[in-house]
This record gives sequence, C-alpha cells and structure tokens, in this order.
Amino acid sequence: MLTEPLFSIPASEGRETVTIIFDDQAVTAPAGISVAAALLVAGASDFRTSIVGHEPRAPYCMMGVCFECLVEIDGVPARQSCLVPVKDGMIVRRQQGAVSLPDSEIGDGR
Amino acid sequence: MNVETTDLAIIGAGPAGLAAACEARTLGLSVTVLDEQSAVGGQIYRNVVSAPRARSAILGPDYSAGAELVSAFASSGALHLDSAVVWNVATDGTIDYIREGRTRKLSGKYVLLASGAMERPFPIEGWTLPGVMGAGAAQILLKSAGALPREPVVLAGCGPLLYLLGWQYLRAGARIAALVDTTATSDYVRASRHLMGALRSWKELRKGLGLIAALRRSNIALYSGCSDLRAEGTCKVEALAFRQDGRSVRIPTSLLLVHQGVVPNTQLSWSVKAEHRWNKAQLCWEPVTDIWGRLGETALYVAGDSRSIVGAQASAVQGRLAALSIGNRLGVLPDITIRAAPYLESLKRYTAIRPFLDALYRPKDENRVPVSDKVVVCRCEEVTAGQIRRFVGLGCQGPNQTKAFGRCGMGPCQGRFCGLTVTETIARERQLEPADVGYYRIRPPIKPVLLGDFVE
Ligand SMILES: Cc1cc2nc3c(=O)[nH]c(=O)nc-3n(C[C@H](O)[C@H](O)[C@H](O)COP(=O)(O)OP(=O)(O)OC[C@H]3O[C@@H](n4cnc5c(N)ncnc54)[C@H](O)[C@@H]3O)c2cc1C
Ligand code: FES
Repeated sequence: MLTEPLFSIPASEGRETVTIIFDDQAVTAPAGISVAAALLVAGASDFRTSIVGHEPRAPYCMMGVCFECLVEIDGVPARQSCLVPVKDGMIVRRQQGAVSLPDSEIGDGR
Repeated sequence: MNVETTDLAIIGAGPAGLAAACEARTLGLSVTVLDEQSAVGGQIYRNVVSAPRARSAILGPDYSAGAELVSAFASSGALHLDSAVVWNVATDGTIDYIREGRTRKLSGKYVLLASGAMERPFPIEGWTLPGVMGAGAAQILLKSAGALPREPVVLAGCGPLLYLLGWQYLRAGARIAALVDTTATSDYVRASRHLMGALRSWKELRKGLGLIAALRRSNIALYSGCSDLRAEGTCKVEALAFRQDGRSVRIPTSLLLVHQGVVPNTQLSWSVKAEHRWNKAQLCWEPVTDIWGRLGETALYVAGDSRSIVGAQASAVQGRLAALSIGNRLGVLPDITIRAAPYLESLKRYTAIRPFLDALYRPKDENRVPVSDKVVVCRCEEVTAGQIRRFVGLGCQGPNQTKAFGRCGMGPCQGRFCGLTVTETIARERQLEPADVGYYRIRPPIKPVLLGDFVE
C-alpha cells in the first residue's frame, strides 16, 4: 500500500528512470538509487511487519546495519533493500512476519 | 574454490580505506579494496563522483573535497571490488565475500578493516515507528538519491552530523519544523575544560560554530536542553513529545530524524575475537591495536572510525599509517619513522578537537539506557528495557545471556542495534562498569549468506 511519501526527489535531479513492481503496484524511480530509497519516495510507509508484535517497520539506518528494510526481491526473501540498487522490472514484496531465511545461516551459532 | 591473493586487502572504501590504498600503492604493494556499496567514498563522500552539481552544492565543500581522494584512488592502480559484501575475515588474512550472487575468497598478506562508523542507536519510546529514522540515514538519501523531506521535518538529539544535516536542508530549501537539541548547559560546562585543546583543531571548531550560527540565524524553531523525548503514533510517527524547562512540548510531524553521534562499527573486529575496550569518553567499544592499528599478532589492521571515532581526516591519516606499517613488515619500507612523522603530527592536530566534541555531545544517559520499561531495545526480536532488567533480576550477567533469556540480539542485525544499550543497561542494573559486563560474542557470517551464494 502506498501513501503520502516522506521524501521526494526534486525534478531538477532529472535522470533516467526504471520501473519496479512493489506488491503489484508499479513504482518509477531514478536509475541507480537503492530499492529502499525508491520505495520511500514512492510512499511505502511500512516495508515489513515485525516478527513478534506484527508492527509495521520501515528503514531506519539506510546503510545496512539495522535490517529494518528487509523485503523480498525477485523471489529472494529478507534482502536489505537499502543496499540493493533498483533494476528495471524488479519484483519487490513486503516481508511479512518472521524473517524467513530458510536457506540462510546467520552467524550466531544457532 | 579459487583464491585470489594480494599484498593488502582493504575492507571499506571510505577515507580510511582509500587513503591506505593510495599510500600502499606508492610503496608498490598490490591492493584490493572491497566495499558493499556500488561506489567508493564511504559515508562522508558517498556518491561524490556521480552526484549532480546542484546536489554537491547543497552538501557543501567538505563533501566535494572528497573528489580529490577518490580520483587519487582511481589512478592509484589499486583494484576496487564494488558491491562486495564481506561476511567473514580470518586472522591470517583470508576474506570471504559475496559479489554478484556468489561467495568468493580473497587472501591478503595483510588486511585492513576500515568499515567505518554507524549512527548510535536512539532507544526512546516509539523509535520503531515508521517515519522515525537516523539523521544520517536521511543524509544518505540526500547524498545517494537527492531525496529531501516533503513535509516539515523534526530533527532531534545532538552531535555534529545532526547540525550538518540541518544546515544542508536549509541550503536545499527543505522545511524544518523544529530542531530539538538534547545538549544542556551542563554539557557546555563539561566541554569547556577541553576548549584549549580543541583550539588546536581551530578550523574544525570554526566550521562547527558556523553551522550552528547558520541554524540560529534561520527562523526554524530551536529547543535546547530537551529531555524525555518520545515518538508518538500508532502505525507511524505522528509527533515528537519532550520536556524543556519544566514544560511539555509536542510537535506534530510525519518524519522524525534522530541522532546522537556515531559509534565504531566493530562487527568485524569482534568476529575475529580481538580484544576490545570500553571507551568511557565515547561510550562505546573499540578494538585494542598498536599505534599503527594492528590487532595483536594477526595479519589484521584497523583504521578510521571503525577503530575509534576520529572523523574523516584523521581516518585517512590512520589509513596511511597502517599502510606504512604493512609496507614496513613486508620489507618495502625499511625505515618507517621518516615517512610516518608528518602523518603522526597531523593525526594529533585532527584529533585535538575530539575530547571537546565527546564532552559536549555526550549522549544523555536517558537516551542510552531507557528509563521507561516499555522502550524496545532489541528491534529485531522486540525485547524491551523492562525485560532486560527482569533478566538481570533472574541472574542474567551479561549480553550473551540475554540471548538465552529472551532472544535479545539474535535477530538479523546481530546485536548491532541493541548491543551498546544492552551492555549499559545490564551494567547499570548490576552496578558495574560496562567493561565488566562485556559484549555479545559475534560469530561469522557477519552478513546474511544464502545457500545459493555458494553455488558456482
Ligand atoms: C550515516 C553517516 C553519515 C556521515 N556523514 C558524515 C558527513 O557528512 N561528514 C562528516 O564529516 N562525517 C560524516 N560521518 C562520519 C564519517 O563516517 C566518518 O568521519 C568517515 O566517513 C569515516 O571514514 P572511514 O573510512 O573510517 O569509514 P566510512 O566512510 O564509514 O567507510 C566504511 C566503508 O566500509 C564499507 N563496509 C562496512 N562493512 C562492510 C562489509 N562487511 N563489507 C563490505 N564493505 C563494508 C561501507 O560500505 C563503507 O563504505 C557520517 C557517518 C555516518 C554513519
Ligand atoms: S535501512 Fe537499515 S539495513 Fe537497510
């Protein structure tokens, strides 16, 4: 669901654009920016729901340390959208609930 | 798996990593620089090469100055691996990283960790609401995408980066609803003791004062000495509430940018089990190194803000000194003293202002160790300050045990966002020093790795 965006990119920045699909809605963004930036500028207010309280969450750090920006990109779950540049035709979905990383291992000795 | 080799592998293409690469190349060493970003520059010079001129003008001369280092690096002959996410480093210099969806290995005779700083978490009520972000995060949106807030924004907290962003927003014509400063009169008194030392970095001091003067001259609402900060809202932030001079203030906003300084990103140095000490002035952990930045008897060095917060210029100098020491160890620079002397001098000059800044912008106790039990400390697993205090009551001694008690620190961020708060909260509860309570045990991979990344 897209609402009033928190950020906008002035027209003077004018650049080549790409289109990505976010939860079945087309989003146009300047080429080269991160998926998280593109979604924020398009008005995505929550990127995922928290795993315990199911509260909405959105990017906090934009530099790869907080992991609040996790979304599914082209079928791969739990990607850090602030570190991935937009590509034309990319399919992005909100990460629902538990950060399912079935195929992954996160270093914690678990 | 095919293992590439190099004399010096550098993790991080910020000022520390880039300067180290340039210096090492002048000694004839082969150098490979890895960074998870798609362009070099690190935090301060993010996107400096491709930013349109209007954007660079908004960001100011300290930003544009990065172009010089970036172009020196480009012609240095060092190899740059962009979009390379390092997930493991070993003390013998072996690195595992993911690039183009595949994990690869690189072996450096020496490795420089130059992974920089991150914003200090700001654990207050409501800080997990969408619409609450770090001021540094908003600055990344400006540097990398030219993005500006659409509605009047509220800036809250303290520290040079907060005022710098305010100044940049003013230049860009973005509207600032309020600057809510947590710096109190007592902080000025504490800092004044370090003023003489700071005068040795007078250029930096003058720049900082200039930023603050510009914010004061503008007609934005400035509140100082603020306490009891709380973000209000249900599904997203709706207002910032706080207290000033004994009265309650509430400022409606859809975007609240908070900041209270930066802390070293120590994930890599912890993951190699290096010794760390608690820095009482900067209220954070830092790896223990020799004066060149070497970690014990390993093949690893650390430079820049991931070693201790020193700022961009000193970070670059530390990178150069590490490179000289590595050259010395590899036998290409028999006498290090002559070449190092001017760098050691400039390092002193650049860091002279730190004790003053650390004292003046010391983040408030209540914004580091939440007073309210309701405040979420571990954002990933949603563990509150009250729960952590309860764990201590049940016998939890330190951060590692909070994992067993309530999964605290076990989410995808691996404690990056709760570790400092957990250490300080437990220390306070147990009436110990943070150094006695310790930190999480960090194990590789320090970045998520998918099984698919291993497929050739
Ligand atoms: C968000 C933010 C904004 C800042 N903006 C300013 C500013 O405008 N002006 C200013 O004076 N200071 C700023 N600072 C402070 C600034 O970080 C430093 O003074 C300076 O950039 C430190 O240089 P560095 O080389 O140590 O690290 P950095 O410049 O932070 O560079 C570290 C690099 O390491 C990379 N990296 C980290 N971990 C990995 C990994 N696992 N794999 C691959 N690559 C990795 C990062 O992508 C980054 O490019 C900012 C800090 C932050 C956190
Ligand atoms: S916004 Fe913090 S990791 Fe992406």
